[in-house]
Amino acid sequence: MGKKVAVVGFGQTKGRSARKDVNGVELINEAVVAALADAELTIKDIDAVVIGNMDHFEGVNYVDSWSVEGSGGVMKPIFKVTTGGTTGTTVAMSAYYHVASGMFDKVLAIGWEKNSESDTTGAIITAFDPVWERPNLGGAIAGLALEASKYMSTYGITERDGARVAVRERLHALNNPFAHLHQEWMKGIPVDQLVELLVTSKENVMLAYPLRMSDMCPRTDAAAAAIFASEDVAEKMAAVPAWVASTTNRHNFALAGDVDMDRNTTMASAAKRAFEKAGIKEPLKEIGVCELYLPYSYAGLKWMEDYGFCAYGEGPKLVWDKVTDMDGELPVNPSGGVMSSNPIGATGLIRVGEAALQIMRKAGTRQVQKDVNFAFITGFGGCYWADVMVLGKKKPS
Amino acid sequence: MERAGIVGVGQTVYERRKEDTFAELVFEASTKALADAGVGIEAIDNIITVSNDFWDGRTISSMAIQDAAGSWDRDISTVEGDGIFGALYGMMRTLSGSFDTTLVVAHVKGSEGNMNMITNSMFDPIYQRHLGPDATSTAALQARVYMEKTGATEKDFAKVSVKNHGNGVKNPFAQIKKKITIKDVMESRKIADPLKLYDCSPISDGAAAIILSTEKGLKRFKKDPVWILGVGHCSDSYNLGYRDLAWPRALDAAAQKAYKMAGIKNPLKDLDVVELYDAYSYMELLWYEGLGLAPRGKGAELIRSGATGMKGELPVNPSGGVLSAHPVLVAGLARLIEATLQVRGEAGTRQIKGAKKALAHGINGPCGQAHGVFVIGA
Amino acid sequence: MDVQNIYYDGRIKIPYTWYVGETGSRFLIALRDNKEIWGNQCPQCKKVFVPPMKTCGECFVPTGEWLKLADTGTVESFTVVHYENGVAKRPLPVIYGLIKIDGASGSLLHFIGDVKPEKVKIGMRVKAVFAEKRGGTILDISHFAPVKG
Repeated sequence: MGKKVAVVGFGQTKGRSARKDVNGVELINEAVVAALADAELTIKDIDAVVIGNMDHFEGVNYVDSWSVEGSGGVMKPIFKVTTGGTTGTTVAMSAYYHVASGMFDKVLAIGWEKNSESDTTGAIITAFDPVWERPNLGGAIAGLALEASKYMSTYGITERDGARVAVRERLHALNNPFAHLHQEWMKGIPVDQLVELLVTSKENVMLAYPLRMSDMCPRTDAAAAAIFASEDVAEKMAAVPAWVASTTNRHNFALAGDVDMDRNTTMASAAKRAFEKAGIKEPLKEIGVCELYLPYSYAGLKWMEDYGFCAYGEGPKLVWDKVTDMDGELPVNPSGGVMSSNPIGATGLIRVGEAALQIMRKAGTRQVQKDVNFAFITGFGGCYWADVMVLGKKKPS
Repeated sequence: MERAGIVGVGQTVYERRKEDTFAELVFEASTKALADAGVGIEAIDNIITVSNDFWDGRTISSMAIQDAAGSWDRDISTVEGDGIFGALYGMMRTLSGSFDTTLVVAHVKGSEGNMNMITNSMFDPIYQRHLGPDATSTAALQARVYMEKTGATEKDFAKVSVKNHGNGVKNPFAQIKKKITIKDVMESRKIADPLKLYDCSPISDGAAAIILSTEKGLKRFKKDPVWILGVGHCSDSYNLGYRDLAWPRALDAAAQKAYKMAGIKNPLKDLDVVELYDAYSYMELLWYEGLGLAPRGKGAELIRSGATGMKGELPVNPSGGVLSAHPVLVAGLARLIEATLQVRGEAGTRQIKGAKKALAHGINGPCGQAHGVFVIGA
Repeated sequence: MDVQNIYYDGRIKIPYTWYVGETGSRFLIALRDNKEIWGNQCPQCKKVFVPPMKTCGECFVPTGEWLKLADTGTVESFTVVHYENGVAKRPLPVIYGLIKIDGASGSLLHFIGDVKPEKVKIGMRVKAVFAEKRGGTILDISHFAPVKG
């Protein structure tokens, strides 16, 4: 059987529109140095490194090789994993398997992106099949708009429901010093009023119905690094290690046209499996906090149903009832989530790191008050790639 | 620690241009590996694919071949780099306690992209890239440093080419099946001094797959496993001007780790066959040194001695090596497959008699920056 | 059945803006404005980097002192490239060199020019030839030419 594995350290850079003062290698280095400091380690303590980003966002081939001087990979085992939007969670999962295999004790996981360095949508369009889909289907926004309008029509969901999720994410981000978007103007305005503003303001441009600017995630420059350690050393390295209770993923489609637009089936399947493996029977009750890869607002309604937190069509009720707010039964994205910071290759790893901080009770101004036994993490990417991880306070048996 | 074994292998024939799409190649290699293992996809617990957005000409290239690798309702992930690193990650997942079996599959269609421009994009966009370096021109810089520091000659490099192309003739999967002489190499077209056409590997299309299993998973398969006895991987520094191009210290570190795990003290004696990543002829000599088959600076002496020929003490690249087919990303996995076939005694007319322990090697990054090493045995 | 194989030609064209960072900008500004080559040093191993590094990859510490170096150096390796690759905007054959700038601890990848290919040798002394129009890139050095005499 494999080793038990815990997150024992995490570091991230503050999300920004453009980090003009550093190149990619230097940005990576900032996150690595922060993670090592958090775990009170030096680079010499690290047994292996795994790194990820998306190639065409910076146009660098073999990023694992190019960045070793910044990542700490010089004369260390290192390779790159990458799966699109899920890259950050994929890196975390890879670090987990590095350690679980018994081959390495302390592994550094790095995710990063400098989205300022390219045309993000231009690059994403090239994800679509060059023969069948690239000529006629564009980017991430249109695809997600299709999903949202289908969901709205099936369940009678309104634009206000979507905006309520956006408001939650942006209000939470105000507590997170690392979040990219800090919409200070929202402070002190009642939630109902903010929702009203978002759906009526002319400044809030409609990108592709029903998605307005406020429904989408930003393009961010940032890097993140987490340290995964085996049960042999984890308890010596962290007062409260964040144990990996389970992790799994699903990816069933190669063509966007094949995706099931009714439900997020890959997310549902992965979440179900992860809960089973972690021994979680009632997700809403047993999970203390979520850090979810919600790239746009309606995902915070529909996908909550697919994870099994409520029945189909009841996502809006969960959100309007404040269940997912900071002091609710199931706080979602205390960090502000993907809609407040999206350095794509780092985004999933930030979810893992933020969830680990909640378990370790090191999340500072964004710490949830309730005791967290389990934290639920997702990564979402191209053609409905679904990565999930459950972190726990107790060492898994 | 638990053991992992290789229970199935499959590869396409490597060719200059294949008409199948790369997803179709992935399906071919995967189904061949499943057939070799005597199972269907239901025996596979999880999958690792190897993809690269530059070679595939699309973002999130990994999403384009998932269905062809059998991903439906299974765990799956993607390594971007040489296939040997895919195999390494596959091994980690196999031993993690989460899965008993792993399919690892790599593909490339070198014919669909532009090798020079794709490898140019490995170089730093600020200080190097617009000067126009690529895999071949920087390999030439490395070959020259190696000659200068060790006294190896262009003729020594040619000997590698002659040996490996001679071996490739007997490999039905090889792309170039052509017996050549030292004179042919020396007189072949100048590419980038000191490298000539026959010092360079070809551009290839193809895919390869292996299936890994824990001991517990073995009952699903019909064949005896070839066990993974030792592994290691390591990266040197990036900047060519600040790396000792004549001494692959990262390979030395990776190999020593694998040898320690496998209990190998004298690799030249203890190993029966080696499959290494000879993207350019001179690399084989450098990798001899990194693998500890020859003392530092003495790689050329090993090829001159004939020890690495088919009838020598330690045959290297009986498959014909990367010089005979260079499906980038696949090539390291192809080395591991050839090593497996040799240990099984299934290598046909290129079989090394009585081969029990074999080494397979792959590289990443410019001038062999990172290395992965597998030692496998019956 | 004999089926015609249809090909679909494409090209990924994405504009990039690579930020050099403060450390590299300092180096490129010195090239552009003063035709000077500067390196920076690791406080631990004392290596001098050209181009500069913000951190030393081996020691994993921030680099420190900046040093103004000569515009001369020694050829550590070279190759004469006989093929077009669509990137190097120079007439064939293109000569690449690894050039160790005097005072640096390693080499810089650049062009060698103003010399017949067969005359290039390892150990040859070379001097930076600066481009007339300089825009803050590594091509502000046009190439390295043999030192006369």
